[in-house]
Amino acid sequence: MATTVGVVVFPGTNCEMDAVVAVERLGGDGRMLWHADDYLGGVDAVIVPGGFAHGDYLRPGAIARFSPMMGAVARFAADGGPVVGICNGFQVLTEAGLLPGALQKNTGLRFLCQPTMLRVATSASVLTSRASVGTELSVPINHFEGNYTCDSETLAQLRDEDRIVLRYVDNPNGSVDDIAGVCSEGRNVVGLMPHPERACDELLGSADGAVLIGSLLDAA
Amino acid sequence: MEFDVLVDVRLRGGIADPAGATIERALPALGYDGVSGVTVGKTVRFTIEATGIAEATARAEDLCASFLINPVIEDASVAVLPADPVG
Repeated sequence: MATTVGVVVFPGTNCEMDAVVAVERLGGDGRMLWHADDYLGGVDAVIVPGGFAHGDYLRPGAIARFSPMMGAVARFAADGGPVVGICNGFQVLTEAGLLPGALQKNTGLRFLCQPTMLRVATSASVLTSRASVGTELSVPINHFEGNYTCDSETLAQLRDEDRIVLRYVDNPNGSVDDIAGVCSEGRNVVGLMPHPERACDELLGSADGAVLIGSLLDAA
Repeated sequence: MEFDVLVDVRLRGGIADPAGATIERALPALGYDGVSGVTVGKTVRFTIEATGIAEATARAEDLCASFLINPVIEDASVAVLPADPVG
């Protein structure tokens, strides 16, 4: 039976189909999960995709974390279930307290929509188990608030515990320590600003995201 | 009783404020020299029911800390006033 990946849909989410198609092209089964429901329906992994959940009102992710589905996602994560937040999904996971830190406005006050080069910083996460440390991947970004920040104690902890998952080769947004993605203490929750689901086919300019989505399918 | 609450949200020290920096950079071109320390935040206003100002303040501060701000990047001050003063 194919691995089933639940893709959370909030009002304002806009990357859910990209995520479902990427999962299905890699042999998984993608299933949408409506934010107002509070059960995952037996999925093996969860993607919180990009977009503007609840219009990004107040702050990106600030209202989304109160959606009933996020309670179910938090319980799934606490049980060790693999959860990946992409772009707005990363913002939602930080607001929900499933990942440390926060995403602030890009340095330079520009919305950035461009390919970026990422370097795999650890293969010990549900998103990077198929990748070797140091591997460079071309994956696009598409965000205004993607500048990762955290206090110095948190940063030291992330470094000491090998929880920085991906770094930008050429930092586009001002993120501290070039951080593009981090993982939870249990390594089963990962958040990243770049969009691997948009880089799973050469037709899109890069298929480098497939190693990341593929890792998630392995973890499920 | 009802109380008016005004929450002033601002970015914490050390957090980049590109909006404030952009405004500050634009000011000399408009003829406003000698202006510094420009920061951009946001204001949230609401009315809250409580038995007294102490309870209103405590509830507003709790609401602020748990929802209105992200403590990683933001600070806030909370001002509470009776909504309908007698007289």
